[in-house]
Amino acid sequence: MFPIVSKRPLNEAGTVIEYVIKAPLVAKKCLPGQFIILRLDEYGERVPLTIADYDREAGTVTIMVQPVGQTTRMLEMMEPGDELADFVGPMGKPTRIADQKRVCVVGGGVGCAISYPVAKGFFEAGIEVDMVAGFRSKDIVILEKEMREHTTNLYICTDDGSYGEKCFGNAKLQQLIESGREYDEVFIVGPLKMMKFTALTTKPFNIKTICSLCPIMIDASGMCGGCRVTVGGETKFACVDGPEFDGHQVDWDELIARNSFYAGDEEKAKEHICKLTGGVRHG
Amino acid sequence: MANMSMTKNPMPEQEPLVRNKNFDEVALGYTPEMAIDEAKRCLGCKKPKCVTGCPVNVRIPEFLAKVAEGEFEEAYQIVTSTNSLPAVCGRVCPQENQCEGVCVRGIKGEPMGVGRLERFVADWHAEHADPNAKVEKPQSNGHKVAVVGSGPAGLTCAGDLARMGYEVTVFELFHKPGGVLVYGIPEFRLPKAIVAREVEGLKAMGVKVETDAVIGRAISVDDLLTEEGFEAVFLGSGAGLPRFLGIPGENLLGVYSANEFLTRINLMKAYRDDYDTPIKHHKRVAVVGAGNVAMDAARCAKRLGAEKVYIVYRRGMEEVPARKEEVHHALEEEVEFQLLTNPVKVIGDEKGYVTGIECIRMELGEPDEKGRRRPVPVPDSNFVIEVDAMIDALGTSPNPLLRMTTEGLEADKHGCLIADEKGKTTREGVYAGGDAVTGAATVILAMGAGKTAAVAIDEYIKAKNA
Repeated sequence: MFPIVSKRPLNEAGTVIEYVIKAPLVAKKCLPGQFIILRLDEYGERVPLTIADYDREAGTVTIMVQPVGQTTRMLEMMEPGDELADFVGPMGKPTRIADQKRVCVVGGGVGCAISYPVAKGFFEAGIEVDMVAGFRSKDIVILEKEMREHTTNLYICTDDGSYGEKCFGNAKLQQLIESGREYDEVFIVGPLKMMKFTALTTKPFNIKTICSLCPIMIDASGMCGGCRVTVGGETKFACVDGPEFDGHQVDWDELIARNSFYAGDEEKAKEHICKLTGGVRHG
Repeated sequence: MANMSMTKNPMPEQEPLVRNKNFDEVALGYTPEMAIDEAKRCLGCKKPKCVTGCPVNVRIPEFLAKVAEGEFEEAYQIVTSTNSLPAVCGRVCPQENQCEGVCVRGIKGEPMGVGRLERFVADWHAEHADPNAKVEKPQSNGHKVAVVGSGPAGLTCAGDLARMGYEVTVFELFHKPGGVLVYGIPEFRLPKAIVAREVEGLKAMGVKVETDAVIGRAISVDDLLTEEGFEAVFLGSGAGLPRFLGIPGENLLGVYSANEFLTRINLMKAYRDDYDTPIKHHKRVAVVGAGNVAMDAARCAKRLGAEKVYIVYRRGMEEVPARKEEVHHALEEEVEFQLLTNPVKVIGDEKGYVTGIECIRMELGEPDEKGRRRPVPVPDSNFVIEVDAMIDALGTSPNPLLRMTTEGLEADKHGCLIADEKGKTTREGVYAGGDAVTGAATVILAMGAGKTAAVAIDEYIKAKNA
């Protein structure tokens, strides 16, 4: 079993919650860009989540979760001291942090929770990091302090202008590129549509663009093939070949369709929980 | 005097059109009377071919003689002296190609029902053995061996090593041990309680089972051999990587690997309301391939409420590789066979959902290198089967993770680990067996490989410490 060590909301609106989980085996070797699979209890599904941070000495791993799906909503009801049935990893290939000199990391909403550890990884390796963090509005901004401490320049923008600059993340990225910033690589994490359009922004400039994908998967070890994505005309398994791929090569429309396959079913499941037990199950 | 009946005692089964709507076990098992009557058909051959036909050399005539006498517990002890998973093997072994395939009684009439009797004695033991009986824990010899993967190869290797006194730890990536026995083979063919029972038996012998452990990422094989203090490692990591056809439309919504479809059902129990993992209840399903996995997927689809389920196979009925019993059961459950048929394209609607598969008719040409007649397309014979799901059951190959992360561990061009007849790999102290070495095969062959490797590991560690 994997105890929840601590839990805190990352913004006023409480749309993203940070959990620190005791998982020494995962904490021992995990690297930025990798993910874990968690399962709440015997009845739970296996859900992939990106590793946001880790403490090798304490044997803990941090995840940041937006309670939207069935499992993440139930996780929201759990408190420090409660235990998760399973917490497996690290899965996937780590982010390539090597010879880059300057990169731009773009996070969209809760995607910042995933792009922050990558930005931090680049920054700690001595790479210059510009970070564009886009949110819908001020109340859902997360990790501002952490991002500021682990980047060279942080640009926060909101769709409604309630905080930072009023623009979309991809517009800010375009502005930075046009102002003459030269990036070896742009790294994007966020909702699929945001990644699709942000990748389109960098394409005319021919900048290498990496996106972190999180498709539907079960085992995360290359066994189910549910997470297959078309990249450059070839089928790849996001769990073992990724989760990071060339954003200019990904077939975004196919991925968007595949990721919505069970969406309707989950809506039904949500109602189911609310009506009967309010989320408490099996006694 | 032997029972000279030409036919086996039939296996009591759930009615086909009842069972194709539930996940309970299909075959109900012999009664003691049936078992005794069936066992009496054995002629007790002096040179029993059945024993050599069995990959783990179960002493078949001996255990059958005990069954015939009604000494079921003694029969069980004889079986388990060479086979650590009899309740599993009795249910899923392809007996027709092994013990029963060479049975003298099969020359005229049906062979002995060896599988059914093996299952009977294992179930009888489970039901009647004293649950509080203390299992003799073998005296530890102080040497540690790691087993990677808890499928049939790993469990067998672990059990044999534990009996020899080794301190064995089994590492499993999933949250439940059993490998293909829990994620692949459905409940109606192999109840998961039976797998759990076998694992508990190993634990009682002192075998440690670590689930949620990704060997190759969280812990490397090198870590096991150095800082974790294991003197040898057995890799029984199976063949988990699914193959797809590589035809257009295969990423449409409603196309699955059999692995995904079966794992949702068997491991994650998506067919039950009280489990969270989602699954679609498709109306018309095509399963491509005709092995045991294809039959399992087709019969699961039926149980989820599909009106039409097709097995789409490019060769003919004679070439179908599945166990005869599985084919028979599938047909009884109203699974339809589209033989000499090969999909060329998956068709979808504007939202990306599968609406059909375009197929081409095949005919059998010259035999290939394995002696199987090669299917060749019949020109202009394309037609469409209307389905809302396609499940690829085309076989699997070994997962690349271990060979990618272990220096000196070599694999062939199919990704199968290279190992000698004793299971020794190209890396010192590392042994392998089962599907990880052979590519997708059977439970019993994997068990045989696990046994062989256990002996080799014992020799290796003894020689090293001599």
